[in-house]
Amino acid sequence: MSRFVVRRLLTMVLLLFAISAVTFLLFIVALPGGNPASLIAGRLATAAEIHLINVRYGFDKPIYIQYLKTMGNIFTGAAYSYSQGFNVLSQIKAGLPATLSLAFGAGFFWLFASIVLGTLAAIHSGKYLDRVLTVLSMVGVSMPPFFLGALLIYYIGYKTGILPIGNYVPLTHNPAQWFWHLLAPWFTLSVLFIGFYSRVLRGSILDTVNEDYVRTARAKGLSERRVLVRHILRTSLLPIISLWGLDMAQVIGGGAILTETVYNLHGVGQLAAQSIGNFDTVTLMSIVMLTALAVVIMNALIDIFYAVLDPRIRL
Amino acid sequence: MTAFASELSSAPEPEEPLNDENEALPPGIGPYALAWRRLRRNKVAMFFGGLFLLVVVLCLLAPVYSHDLAHIGPATQNYGTVLVGGKQVPILSDHDIPIGPTWHLRHYFLGADDLGRDVAVRLLYGGRASLEIGLVGMLITMIFGTLCGVLAGYFRGWIDNLISRLNDIIWAYPAVLLGITIGTVLNVRGLGPFKSTTLMSTALVVGFVYIPYITRPVRAQVMMLREREFIDAARQQGMRPLRIMFSEILPNLSSTIIVFIPLMLANAIILEAALTYLGAGVKSPNASWGTMLQSGLQDFPAGFHNVLIPGLTLVITVMSVNIFGDGLRDALDPRSKVRGIGGGN
Repeated sequence: MSRFVVRRLLTMVLLLFAISAVTFLLFIVALPGGNPASLIAGRLATAAEIHLINVRYGFDKPIYIQYLKTMGNIFTGAAYSYSQGFNVLSQIKAGLPATLSLAFGAGFFWLFASIVLGTLAAIHSGKYLDRVLTVLSMVGVSMPPFFLGALLIYYIGYKTGILPIGNYVPLTHNPAQWFWHLLAPWFTLSVLFIGFYSRVLRGSILDTVNEDYVRTARAKGLSERRVLVRHILRTSLLPIISLWGLDMAQVIGGGAILTETVYNLHGVGQLAAQSIGNFDTVTLMSIVMLTALAVVIMNALIDIFYAVLDPRIRL
Repeated sequence: MTAFASELSSAPEPEEPLNDENEALPPGIGPYALAWRRLRRNKVAMFFGGLFLLVVVLCLLAPVYSHDLAHIGPATQNYGTVLVGGKQVPILSDHDIPIGPTWHLRHYFLGADDLGRDVAVRLLYGGRASLEIGLVGMLITMIFGTLCGVLAGYFRGWIDNLISRLNDIIWAYPAVLLGITIGTVLNVRGLGPFKSTTLMSTALVVGFVYIPYITRPVRAQVMMLREREFIDAARQQGMRPLRIMFSEILPNLSSTIIVFIPLMLANAIILEAALTYLGAGVKSPNASWGTMLQSGLQDFPAGFHNVLIPGLTLVITVMSVNIFGDGLRDALDPRSKVRGIGGGN
């Protein structure tokens, strides 16, 4: 077991290294708008000034030195945005409360809702309710979050004034307002996942229903509710949980770019979206690394979690 | 979104049609004829398949509508008023706020956007762009995804290792984040024929991002297939690996591939809109549903119909593809476990 864990963690480190190298090459080498020196120096810089900046920031050094320096800066928090001048880590830290609030609120909502809806659809499989839920889930997975967000903001926020129009209120300032402001973003982010997860769960339950141990449980005379919760759901939920782990990792790492942007939540995802417009390569690179870190760690955790549950996987 | 269909490995091969609906099988009916029969009975799937075809045909007819009915090009701007039946009719109110649909087939049927362009004409031309990007993106995903999956699954060893690790790298980025990263690079610099001024750079990004979503399930299935007797037989006959892959393995993957085509098309269309909304996709003055949504949202909340019209068109189109794809999957192998995936969050 420990050998499996060590090997899995080693792969994780290698993967992170590869991701950082690819990201670096993509931004520094491939992105020309980004001659960083001219971004820092501004529009009216002389050649001498640019040369000075090149020397000071090490842009004249070989590429691997630049890579090591940039990654070192990103992970120690010493990275500054070339075009905007702010400290990248402090910007990300400022965005984290909004991103985490969005991620955890929405995450638990979509997990709960898809378990309920997926189970309902499976129990009523082939009947009216199942068909309605199928169509709803199809609408859900076909809905771009920024369009759904715009609809909610317009009709529920702007026209009727029931919910506030976007923005984030820190939890520590005013918990009630925090909740009220996040209600629509939570729903918007969740819709797509609910549509997808409930379909996966429905299929997974329908596959489990015919297993021998489920028949045995029924034959023992257990109540239908107990069979469903203790025997069927217990196995059917596994694929959902691993999906959930990965999607949560993405959302925590600033992956909910569209939802954060349309509601103007000033989270990490919106920071990423803004840095595209500014050619702010260092900030974008940092956020990409943060997301990749979250995803890769979560992936490894899920693998280890599965290996604990099922010894056959440890190959 | 993420690891969704590695359990595809249990998908049955088409040469053994599953027959759990107690159909009376006439002798000699092929698996695809059988699937088509099942699909035809699925009224909902057929309806939405037809709806999607209708959207495609309407978008292909964009020049006809623009030239013969509306008499206005997709990029023609009109400020103030247009002449309708001898009368000057305003299309933009004060402060250039667009007035909503006029429902007049010949003049600004769906109203004007903030630059006084005909929304109905742009919707049709934009649909062509969105569908084109979706189609090309889907083809890129399917071709490279299948190729990588077959190579990795058939050869295993270092080729499998290399392809799988590259997939892991792509997979570690959220689709939208990777999309805007590559989209920005391509928009600034361009890559050979993929210039920012063409739609193809967005199609390339959209197609590239989803490659692992195909590679993984295909690889899993090929790994199973290569152990089967008929592959052994082919090898014994002295067939070369390439020939085995193309003439023995690929035909057995076709039902898997067909099932993924509508899914990937739907995802590609949504991702185009998302990337364009974030400024890393299609650039104006090219019209696509994404650019129309983006420009509609700029005036928000004024002129909301300019968000509603392209948005609803997009949702209806993507939903038709998804529902048809769902029916197609049920028809091809009723026991398959492939479920849909979404297009970014």
